[in-house]
Amino acid sequence: MTAMLEVRDLKVAYGKILAVKKISFSVEEGQIVTLIGTNGAGKTTTLRTISGLIRPASGEILFQGKRIDTVPAHQIVSLGLAHSPEGRKIFPKMSVEENLLLGAFSRQDSEINQDLDETYDLFPVLAERRAQQAGTFSGGEQQMLAMGRAMMSRPKLLMLDEPSMGLSSLMMKVIIQTVRKLQPQGTTILLVEQNAQAALSLADHGYVLEVGTIVIKGTGKDLLVNDAVRKAYLGED
Amino acid sequence: MDTFIQQLINGLSLGSLYALIAVGYTVVYGILQLINFAHGEVFMIGAFGALTTSLVLFNGNTALWTLPVMIIGAVVASVTTAVLMERFAYRPLRNAPRLAPLITAIGVSVFLQELVRLNYNKVPFTSWNPFNLPDAKSRIPFPQIDVVTGPAIQVGGVTIQRAAIFTIGALVICSALLWYFINRTKMGRGMQAVSQDADTARLMGINVDRIIVVAFALGAVLAAVAGVAQGLQNNNIDFRMGFLAGLKAFTAAVIGGIGNVEGAVLGGLVLGVTEAMATQYIPGQFGGGPWKDVWAFVLLILVLVFRPQGLLGAKEVDRA
Ligand SMILES: Nc1ncnc2c1ncn2[C@@H]1O[C@H](COP(=O)(O)OP(=O)(O)OP(=O)(O)O)[C@@H](O)[C@H]1O
Ligand SMILES: [Mg+2]
Repeated sequence: MTAMLEVRDLKVAYGKILAVKKISFSVEEGQIVTLIGTNGAGKTTTLRTISGLIRPASGEILFQGKRIDTVPAHQIVSLGLAHSPEGRKIFPKMSVEENLLLGAFSRQDSEINQDLDETYDLFPVLAERRAQQAGTFSGGEQQMLAMGRAMMSRPKLLMLDEPSMGLSSLMMKVIIQTVRKLQPQGTTILLVEQNAQAALSLADHGYVLEVGTIVIKGTGKDLLVNDAVRKAYLGED
Repeated sequence: MDTFIQQLINGLSLGSLYALIAVGYTVVYGILQLINFAHGEVFMIGAFGALTTSLVLFNGNTALWTLPVMIIGAVVASVTTAVLMERFAYRPLRNAPRLAPLITAIGVSVFLQELVRLNYNKVPFTSWNPFNLPDAKSRIPFPQIDVVTGPAIQVGGVTIQRAAIFTIGALVICSALLWYFINRTKMGRGMQAVSQDADTARLMGINVDRIIVVAFALGAVLAAVAGVAQGLQNNNIDFRMGFLAGLKAFTAAVIGGIGNVEGAVLGGLVLGVTEAMATQYIPGQFGGGPWKDVWAFVLLILVLVFRPQGLLGAKEVDRA
């Protein structure tokens, strides 16, 4: 069986600086896979490359067995790959509902309104404020909107870049619960996090990225008890 | 009182023309942060497109029904120009430092003026139409269409030029259609998304290149209508007409808040009314027609000093 997403020997450069140095990893269908690492490790760069916003210097990216590393960014979402970017990046001057509809921009089918209702069921806060300008939302609410917007494309694989960033621990719980809810619905998830504890406890598999290189990999459970990981990322000594 | 109303109408008619052109500056700026200084030429070419359509197809017939066809001719000429300009002059510079496209815009502007000036009468329609296109080195009379031009209408002590009604009406219709397009269609929503955050828009599946072309085309449609309006108002057109009109319209866009479509319309109207009122009411040596351009730019300076984001607020350029 081929993996849903496979990254092979990926190198990404900004000018002369290699931000991602030959990494390989894969995401199997139905799994939650996490990529953890400190600031500047290359996590965001990796996701942006998968989405086509940045072109790799070398290497291959396969989604459901097909090369996508030369596909234009705007065509990737309709293949079934959604990306909720770092910093949420909601469209601040548009309403909640308009943001969600933009998530479905690539779709032509007639079930968009039905999915809108489902998103509102998943995040009742959004339903109450569907006409509100998204830029006035709190960080946590924006994160829910960003996730809801990504779900509106009906992705097979959802990539989340630091959904916990700047959130209270209460809000974190809501986000974690949401990720847990998505998995049984058949959504595969690639989760990028600095909050290693939260990410690893959710994940089937984890990869630790350090200055552009994968240094440790294993199941979420194993990594949670791995000494090196505990020292470097879970704040224990 | 009549004088005031008279000047208000004059100002609104002039302002409608500015507003129609200003939308093109603002829409492109909102998406690319590019000031397309060649947009005045898109307006000028619209006027020539309408003229050509009339000369080639109607040969002196100025019945009202020819006007819509002339407008279509104007729109085709302007949109073609704008789309080619985007494709060949600006797109290759998409990632260049901001000065490069700005200088290119000035180059495109001069190029288009000279192209029309030197080559208009050489356009090869003559093989199937016995009509020679006129030389564009001097002003060319613009067809005066029945009903829309002709004797002014008197309402009490106020004189209303028919072409003024056409211009104001054109602005009302174009603004309504534009509002509908931007806020109620999928493509329009995509356009707003690109202007707020282009990369994230791409993650939504929006083809940014396509949206940019649409933005140029949209501005060109309104500029084309303005070109026809100007021809009807002034009775003639010339290859230089895009310069001052373009500069004024750009000023209007800045006054309204560049990047903001409602702002461009409001800015155009405010600028037009200011010019008309200044002409009428400023006494002595600084009053009258010759000084109206001065007061237009004084208004610009005042707005930039006291409300630099423009009347309705510019698009913030703080995308980090
Ligand atoms: N646009 C850019 N131009 C140049 N260098 C960049 C750019 N974006 C990122 N970098 C560099 O690439 C490296 C990886 O950055 P990246 O944003 O991928 O890290 P990250 O793992 O997501 O970090 P964080 O946890 O802080 O979000 C860093 O050294 C960063 O400085
Ligand atoms: Mg990051």
